[in-house]
Amino acid sequence: MKCRKCGEKASLNMRQHKLALCKEHFLAWVPEQTERSIQRYRMFSRDDRILVAVSGGKDSLSLWDILWRLGYKADGLYIDLGIDGGHGYSQESRRLSEAFAASRDLHLRVISVEHEAGAAIPEAAALTQRGREKPCSLCGLTKRHLMNRAAQEGGYSVLATGHNLDDEAAALFGNTLGWRVGYLARQGPVLEARPGLARKVKPLCRFYEREMAAYALLRGIAYIYEECPYAEGATTLYYKELLNRLEADRPGAKLSFYLGFLRAREHMTFHEDGKDKLELHPCPRCGQPTSAPGECAYCRTWSKVRLRLGTITGGEA
Amino acid sequence: MPVRIRLRNKHYEVRAGMTVRDALRKLEIQPESVIPTREGELITEDEILREGDEIRLVAVISGG
Repeated sequence: MKCRKCGEKASLNMRQHKLALCKEHFLAWVPEQTERSIQRYRMFSRDDRILVAVSGGKDSLSLWDILWRLGYKADGLYIDLGIDGGHGYSQESRRLSEAFAASRDLHLRVISVEHEAGAAIPEAAALTQRGREKPCSLCGLTKRHLMNRAAQEGGYSVLATGHNLDDEAAALFGNTLGWRVGYLARQGPVLEARPGLARKVKPLCRFYEREMAAYALLRGIAYIYEECPYAEGATTLYYKELLNRLEADRPGAKLSFYLGFLRAREHMTFHEDGKDKLELHPCPRCGQPTSAPGECAYCRTWSKVRLRLGTITGGEA
Repeated sequence: MPVRIRLRNKHYEVRAGMTVRDALRKLEIQPESVIPTREGELITEDEILREGDEIRLVAVISGG
């Protein structure tokens, strides 16, 4: 297969775009398309200070690389979850994130959950009702809280995450299956700021996951290849697999599913009303917005964890 | 000499002369979920596998 731009041997064929590109032209195409998404969805400008949430994976490190190449002012945030999984998962992903930042002379802020909240994610999850079986729910809650706090404290105008189209299509699929109207109303490339909540953007939302992996490989970005040990059996992975089966038979199915949703959303097909509308107020303990009465879920959950830890160790909660 | 294909810790063998697309179909691997590489270079699905090829499939799906 030949590159459509130069006729050299292609490195990747993107059937949904009927486009095959060689290494050189693919590495140029990805930042061009990212820039188009940034402009199309009015994500940010070159005057903005951007905080990129990096996990050490292919998507977030590629996003940071692309923003840096495009000349945006982007710092990184790595949250050390303290997950080992038998192969030092967090340790290795942190090392790769730090090495990436150092190689490009970029600023990376590292937050350790154990240091900030009192315990690593697996230990804390084992002490909670919601995380006893699997720590993913507590992990997501903690990451969202810490990311928002870091963006606010650092004075960043926007928080950027490496969600790709497969992530978005899988979330959309799940939200549609359950007709979670509130989530559907809020799902999009940009989540506008609300009092106490940073603006969130997803500049890679139009790229297939396969394209982002190809970008990382061709660019020579060292990323964590091992999956999070707790991801096995995750519903998101199951939805991604289903959507990829569909894509194999109908190239472009994932893309049209997601883009069709965004068009429908523009016409306010999904709007927050009634019980789906999020009414937020500041948490009396941490000040971050919450829809729950009283303290936010983060404060309530971690208070219980620290209390139980104190009970176990005999120390003060 | 067969073609060796590796995906994470799984190893497969297919005969030379078929395309990457056919090999993936035979092994029941979703083409969207992997990137095929040969000697560190990315190859497309129409590439014909040669005697003694060592193909590494890079898994691309992540997230929980």
